[in-house]
Amino acid sequence: MTDAANKPQMKSAGITPSATVGPYFKYGLTPAGVYPVRDAFSPTVATPDAQGDRIRITGRVLDGDGKPVSDSMIEIWQADAAGRYAHPRDGGAKPNASFKGFGRGDTNADGRYAFETIKPGSVAGPGGKQQAPHIVVAVFARGMPKHLYTRIYFAEDAANHAGDPVLMLVPTDRRNTIVAKRGIDGAYVFDIRIQGGDETVFFDL
Amino acid sequence: MTLIYPRSSTTVHPASDYAPYRSTAKRHPQKPLVVIPHTMSELTGPLYGHDVVRSTEFDLTAQHKGEPIGERIIVTGRVLDEDGRPQPGTLVEIWQANACGRYVHVVDQHPAPLDPNFTGAGRAVTDADGRYRFITIKPGAYPWGNHPNAWRPNHIHFSLFGSSFLSRIVTQMYFPGDPLFPYDPIFQSVTDARDRERMIARFDLDVTKPDWALGYQFDIVLRGRNATPTEEPHDD
Repeated sequence: MTDAANKPQMKSAGITPSATVGPYFKYGLTPAGVYPVRDAFSPTVATPDAQGDRIRITGRVLDGDGKPVSDSMIEIWQADAAGRYAHPRDGGAKPNASFKGFGRGDTNADGRYAFETIKPGSVAGPGGKQQAPHIVVAVFARGMPKHLYTRIYFAEDAANHAGDPVLMLVPTDRRNTIVAKRGIDGAYVFDIRIQGGDETVFFDL
Repeated sequence: MTLIYPRSSTTVHPASDYAPYRSTAKRHPQKPLVVIPHTMSELTGPLYGHDVVRSTEFDLTAQHKGEPIGERIIVTGRVLDEDGRPQPGTLVEIWQANACGRYVHVVDQHPAPLDPNFTGAGRAVTDADGRYRFITIKPGAYPWGNHPNAWRPNHIHFSLFGSSFLSRIVTQMYFPGDPLFPYDPIFQSVTDARDRERMIARFDLDVTKPDWALGYQFDIVLRGRNATPTEEPHDD
């Protein structure tokens, strides 16, 4: 064996390309007691010491035919109730001791997911403007070669939405697709329509 | 150091609608994605590492009473940003089929045997040099319903977080010289051959452990590069 045969291949510059999670991710990423694998993450974001309003967000992931997407993984990332992210880049962040702000869940046969978390506070935005409270969402699924990013806003913050530096970039007639409203049981409803006339707004980041 | 995440770097990814991969047809947005600035919400992200991983989870051959059937392999590599800087303390999650090409997942009905000694899920955290290491079994190829006589090349699924929610990625690692590459629409959905190369591990005799297991190297490059130091801080 020559040294040359052992050298790393010269690979072109660039990031590693994305690939679908495929249909079989659940036992690895969202075992949730169904598989003999320990859960690293869960859809319960609110920890016992987290301050703020406890909320539940639930919805269905639907494809272009309106059929439930039962093999989707949803991840959420959010600030705490005071608008602080558990990340060094958010300089002033002093998050609640155990509140990480990250949740992961999957969809069931009905395409439904649910998260238990706290209502985030407003956070800094471009140009020194505050952003209305929101949660960042990543959607993964079989049939998605790369994940989609969207955001969850909250209906009761409508007064702040008109001037929100991100929502302002969303066509007016589509903003309602990313504003969660409380259902009769008090949970926020946020359906994710991947394709179609009432398609959810997804972001190019 | 402040990282920026140029959008131009993401052009290596497959299109959301890639007709040869049939499941994309009803699962891609048809309206234009809305371009928004990278705000604090995107420039931050979950930083998980040692706190969620147990030291035994890197070895997928040691999760049951007996050893799994199949070809034992070592898979290692470095997680890097776009400037080639190592990303220490980053969580790497993997899942894969067993040596027969069968997943533990309840939906997988491929008539190949399950292995009672193999689940196929692992986790590791990168060290100070950005390196991770797994011991596992080489996954088998398996058929799928995309088109007549469709088979997936041998692959291991990888999931990584990196420095922000923008560096989040799920990808698949392939093995060198797989004869199924030309026929696999998931592999081919990355349309540039040089970009596809970055999804293929390379055999490495130095990683190979004598009389025990072949070794493969698979480096992963995540979004994120240093903002030019002389510039004023970017408006987040």
